[in-house]
Amino acid sequence: MNIAQITGQAVVLTGNDIDTDQIIPGRFLKCVTFDHLADGLFYDQRFDEKGQPKAHPFNDPKFQGASLLISDHHFGCGSSREHAPQALKRHGIKGLICGSYAEIFYHNCANLGLPCAIMADEDRAALKEYVDQHPKAELTLDIATERLSSKGGPSWPLRIKSAQKNAFLQGTYDPLNLLLGEKEAVLRLAQRVMGIKKPPV
Amino acid sequence: MGKNLYEKVFAEHKVQSLPSGEAQLFIGLHLVHEVTSPQAFAELKERGLPLMCPERTFATADHIIPTTQRSRPLQDPLAEEMLQALEANTAEFGITYFDLDSGHQGIVHVVGPEQGLTQPGMTIACGDSHTATHGAFGAIAFGIGTTQVRDVLATQTLVMTPLKVRKIEITGSLQKGVGAKDVILYIIKTLGARGGIGYAYEYCGDVVRGMTMEERMTLCNMSIEGGARCGYVNPDAVTIEYLRNRPYCPANKEEFDQLALAWLSYASDADAEYDDVVVLRGEDIPPMVTFGVSPDQAMGIDERIPEPGGQEGVDDALRYMKLKEGSFLKGQKIDVAFIGSCTNGRLSDFEAVAPYLKGQRVAAHVRAIAVPGSQIVDAKAREAGIADIFEASGFEWRSPGCSMCLAMNPDKLHGDEVCASTSNRNFKGRQGSPNGRTLLMSPLMVAASAIKGEVCDPREVFSL
Repeated sequence: MNIAQITGQAVVLTGNDIDTDQIIPGRFLKCVTFDHLADGLFYDQRFDEKGQPKAHPFNDPKFQGASLLISDHHFGCGSSREHAPQALKRHGIKGLICGSYAEIFYHNCANLGLPCAIMADEDRAALKEYVDQHPKAELTLDIATERLSSKGGPSWPLRIKSAQKNAFLQGTYDPLNLLLGEKEAVLRLAQRVMGIKKPPV
Repeated sequence: MGKNLYEKVFAEHKVQSLPSGEAQLFIGLHLVHEVTSPQAFAELKERGLPLMCPERTFATADHIIPTTQRSRPLQDPLAEEMLQALEANTAEFGITYFDLDSGHQGIVHVVGPEQGLTQPGMTIACGDSHTATHGAFGAIAFGIGTTQVRDVLATQTLVMTPLKVRKIEITGSLQKGVGAKDVILYIIKTLGARGGIGYAYEYCGDVVRGMTMEERMTLCNMSIEGGARCGYVNPDAVTIEYLRNRPYCPANKEEFDQLALAWLSYASDADAEYDDVVVLRGEDIPPMVTFGVSPDQAMGIDERIPEPGGQEGVDDALRYMKLKEGSFLKGQKIDVAFIGSCTNGRLSDFEAVAPYLKGQRVAAHVRAIAVPGSQIVDAKAREAGIADIFEASGFEWRSPGCSMCLAMNPDKLHGDEVCASTSNRNFKGRQGSPNGRTLLMSPLMVAASAIKGEVCDPREVFSL
C-alpha cells in the first residue's frame, strides 16, 4: 500500500535518546507474535507498579488518538527489537517527526511503512508549541512535498530520506519481493565470498 | 588509492545497487535466537518460502533462558513457548541449533566466535544490536530487526545503506587496572551516544593491536551504544591464532593457513581513506563508570558527577539515579553485582577477576552473580577452578545466558536497587525494575565494588 500522506493529531514526547527499552520494556518481548505489543508501549513510563496511570503524553486525554509522534534526537536508540516500531504502529502511530533516529530503529520503521521524518530543531520547537496550544489540530504529513501542515494554520518543512521517499510513495517499502528477484545472482555470489562452506562432522 | 576493511567487505558482498541508492547485501553468516525470530519464521511459512542458505544459518537460545532452574518445561510459560518455537523452526528449516543439551549453548555473540563461525571478511547479521561484537574479527557485523531477519532467512540478503567509516585510533598503552571495557566507555563518553549515527567504527592503534580477541570483542560489542551500527578491528596474527583449531575452521593446517592469508587481505590498506579520524591517548583513559541513563553519561572513577545543565539530559538522569551533582560515585552503596553478558561474559573476563577474588568475601548486603556467556565458558571456568573461586568469595556461579543484562529471564533488579554491572546498557528499567539503577563498569571494578559493598576504584582495592 502506498503512503503519500498521513493525517491526524500529534502527540509530543519531548526528550533525546528515548531508547527501545522505554518504548517497549524487555518483558513484553516474550511473545511469538507482534499482536499484543500495543499493551506494553511506554509501559513503565505510563504506569506505576500497581498499574495506575502516571502523567505521560500517551496517557494525556488531549493527545488521545494521535497518529503522529513528535520527539527529539536519537529516537529509538538501543536494542534492535522491531517490537518497538510494532508497538507504536499497533497503538495507532502512523508517522514520526524527530530531530534524528537511531539507525536500526529507523530501518525497522521504514520496512513497516512507518515514515520517520526529520525536522530541524527550530521548526520542531515551533511545531511543539503549536501542538501544545492546539492539541486537537489536524496535521498532514506530506511525503512528496516533505512538509507538515496544519489545517488552516502554519506549516513546517521536514525531510524524508530519499531512499525511503519513493518506497513510501510507491508502496514498495517492504523489500522482500525485490530481494527474492535476484536469487541466481545471490547463489553465484555465495560461491565466491567468505563463509562456512561445510559444517564439521 | 587504498581501501578500508568496510569498503572491501561491503563491495565483495554487494549483490546489486538498488534504484533507491541503497544496496542489496549478501550476508555470509546469519545468527538466530529465540526473541527476534519467531515472527520471521512465521512469515516464511505463511508465504511458503524456503530458507535460502541453511548452511550459513546458526541458532542458539540466550535471552529468555533462566540461569538457575533450566529443567523443561521452563517455569515461565511464555519463555517455554518461545524456546519451543525456536526448536520447531530450526528443525523444520534444517538450521544447526546449539540447544541447552548441546554443551555449546550460550549468548549468541559468545557462541559464534568460540565456534569459529565468526571469521574475517564476512558480513554477519543477527536480530540483536550487539552483533557488532563480531566486528572484532574484521567482519562487518550488525544488528537487524525481525523484518530483516525474515529477509535474510528467505534471501540471504538485505537492504543496506553503506555507512561512513570513522577511524578511532587509541595510541600508547593503558594504565594498570584499565581494560577494554574502560576503553569503549571512554570512547562513547568522548564521542557521545549519538556520535556514531551513520558510521562504522574502525578501532585501531597500539592499544587495540595489543588486545586479545576477547578484549576486542568487548570493544566492538558496545559500538551500538556509541550510535554506530557496527565496529571492527582489522584482522591480524592475533585473530588468526584465535581461530586456529576452532570447530568451524578448517582443521587441515595448509588449508587453514591458505584461508588465513585471504582473511588478512581484508585489513584496511595503509593508504585507506576515512570519513573521519579520531585519535585518543591510551594513557588518558581511567577506570570508567556510568552515572546516568545513557551509556555516554560516564566518567572516570576519580571524577565528580557533572552539574546538570552542562551535559544535556544530566538533570533527568540524576533524578532517576537519585545521585547528587558534584559528588563522587566512589563510595556509593551497591545492592547487586553482575559479571556476565555479551560484553563481559567470556572466559578471560572471569580469569581476569578470579585472582583478586581469591581469599576475599563479597560484602554481606550485596547479591553477586557471575554468569558465563556459554556452556563452553562455563565448563572451562569450572575446569580451571575459576567458578570455585567465585563461589568461595560469595558470588553465585550461574548457567549461561543473557541474565541480568536485559530482564527477559528471572534475573532482575528489584525496586531502586543499584547494580554494579558489566553489561552494556544503563537505560531506565533495563535490568527489569522500572526504577532499577545500573552502573556500567569493567569486571574488575564490579569485583572490587562487590567486595567493598560500594563503588570502588579497583586500583585501590587490589593495589594495582
